[in-house]
Amino acid sequence: MNPNKPVTAQAISSKEGGFTLGPLQMGPACCDPEPVIEVENLSLRYGDKTALDKVTLDIYRGCITALIGPSGCGKTSFLSAINRLTDLIPNCVIGGHIRVDGQDIHTTESNVQALRQKVGMVFQKPTPFPLSIRRNLSLPLCEYGVTRRSEIDAISEQVLRDVGLWDEVCDRLDTTALALSGGQQQRLCIARALTLRPKILLMDEPCSALDPMASGVVEDLISRLQGHYTIVIVTHNLAQARRIANYAAFFWVKERAAGQLIEFGRCQHIFESPTDPLTAAYINGTRG
Amino acid sequence: MIWSKYNIFFRLRLTDSLLRGILSMGAVISALVMLLIVIFLILESWSLLGRISPARFFTDTSWHPLEGAYHLMPMLAGTLYASTGALLLAIPLGIASALFIVYYASPRLAKWYKRLVELLAGIPSVVFGFWGLTTLVPLINQIHPPGASLLAAILILALMILPTITLTAYSALMAVPDEFLRNATALGLPRWGMIRGVAFPAARTGIVAGIILATGRAIGETMAVLMVAGNVVQYPDGLFDPIRTLASNIALEMAYAMGDHRAVLFVSGLLLMLMVMMLSGMAGWWGRGHRA
Repeated sequence: MNPNKPVTAQAISSKEGGFTLGPLQMGPACCDPEPVIEVENLSLRYGDKTALDKVTLDIYRGCITALIGPSGCGKTSFLSAINRLTDLIPNCVIGGHIRVDGQDIHTTESNVQALRQKVGMVFQKPTPFPLSIRRNLSLPLCEYGVTRRSEIDAISEQVLRDVGLWDEVCDRLDTTALALSGGQQQRLCIARALTLRPKILLMDEPCSALDPMASGVVEDLISRLQGHYTIVIVTHNLAQARRIANYAAFFWVKERAAGQLIEFGRCQHIFESPTDPLTAAYINGTRG
Repeated sequence: MIWSKYNIFFRLRLTDSLLRGILSMGAVISALVMLLIVIFLILESWSLLGRISPARFFTDTSWHPLEGAYHLMPMLAGTLYASTGALLLAIPLGIASALFIVYYASPRLAKWYKRLVELLAGIPSVVFGFWGLTTLVPLINQIHPPGASLLAAILILALMILPTITLTAYSALMAVPDEFLRNATALGLPRWGMIRGVAFPAARTGIVAGIILATGRAIGETMAVLMVAGNVVQYPDGLFDPIRTLASNIALEMAYAMGDHRAVLFVSGLLLMLMVMMLSGMAGWWGRGHRA
């Protein structure tokens, strides 16, 4: 698919290969590393303060990549740069290249709306909009031109089933989403991101505002999404990263310097035999 | 000095009950004043209301209070036309200005524009009336005499309630959490989609509260309207016809009214108050309905 093509209703609602939990099933499996996001020499500055310095990294299709490291080392900035949410920050300057599906996202002709359709994002704090559950899911669809009621209902049901929320909310779709519990709200936010059939999901500490039970449910959900979506997840929970991720990237910030990528590799490798002493120290809890 | 726990709690209890006393006194006083005004209005109008059927205010043939004809309808209509017209102008303008300040203007421009609106809110109503009388009315007169008209009242009222609507909508929109905006942007919603789909529903209660407040002001505004509306008791045939509102009627005739004439003016005051009370009741009901 040409990444520059404007998003159309057909792109979201086409029936190829069923709706969600499927777009990538036909693609190569996770173990066959094919980069879908290529980050090359990414630097990121907020005014005078450099948040990230020359990060080069490939994110592989269908895999879960965990970004770990102490607070303030640029993990969230890295994540926001991938779907250009950094555009919202007035004095944010980006250097280097990010290519999603081989297409540079920061060139002038790249279509930011198409990018955000392809790259969904879930935040730390569950944020359903103050609308009904149904409207929460139909809002992004309407914005991308899917307006047929039957189609919207079908997609809503599918994504709610995908996140395991359908049985819990199917009889109260028209009540406000704010009445849901924290864990349910977070799953609704994931469902909302899935309505647009993204290929990539960025998750910024999606479990850290939830209680352990709800966190477990969301974590299981993320594991289930593996293979169907390419997931980049920021987490401070090392055990969680170890449980769910295929790849891990370790970021670190030195005194008065910018965040840097220290080590990137298979999760097992990072956690069991890290090459960099800093990584080892962080993993073992002696630093950071 | 020994600070025992008892000591601290005792002092807390003392200041606490003191504060409580002061606060409840304030509350009682304001409630009492409100109540007294209502009782006063009812008492003053009772000399008439007790004798004639209230239907006569709506069925009498004309407004000649000295001859016992108490037709209030043309003035009620004048009030409603002027307020509705002003709201129709000021609501879209006010909300648009608020959206402009919050989402579209550069921070510098937004700051100055907001100051300007605040300044507009601070202009006394008699100054609005004065400006209307000397500038607006002659202007309208050139288009269609006599100038002092429903249109002039609508324009002046719109100008007067515009800052109320703008500033309340502004605070309501500013109170929309940033997370909503970030989430909406991450879903690829363009700015207008984000405003329409997320920010507006989130700010709705606050915006409606501002509109109700503005409506109350428009219905009750006396001085400025009196100065530009022409004050002829009639159903206007068009925007260029003079009107008289209930509030201006009270101000115009109170000085010389006596007996039943005086009482009927109090009746119209009561009517005005009922309208505003119904309005805020409706707003409360509406707000509850949407929060549930």
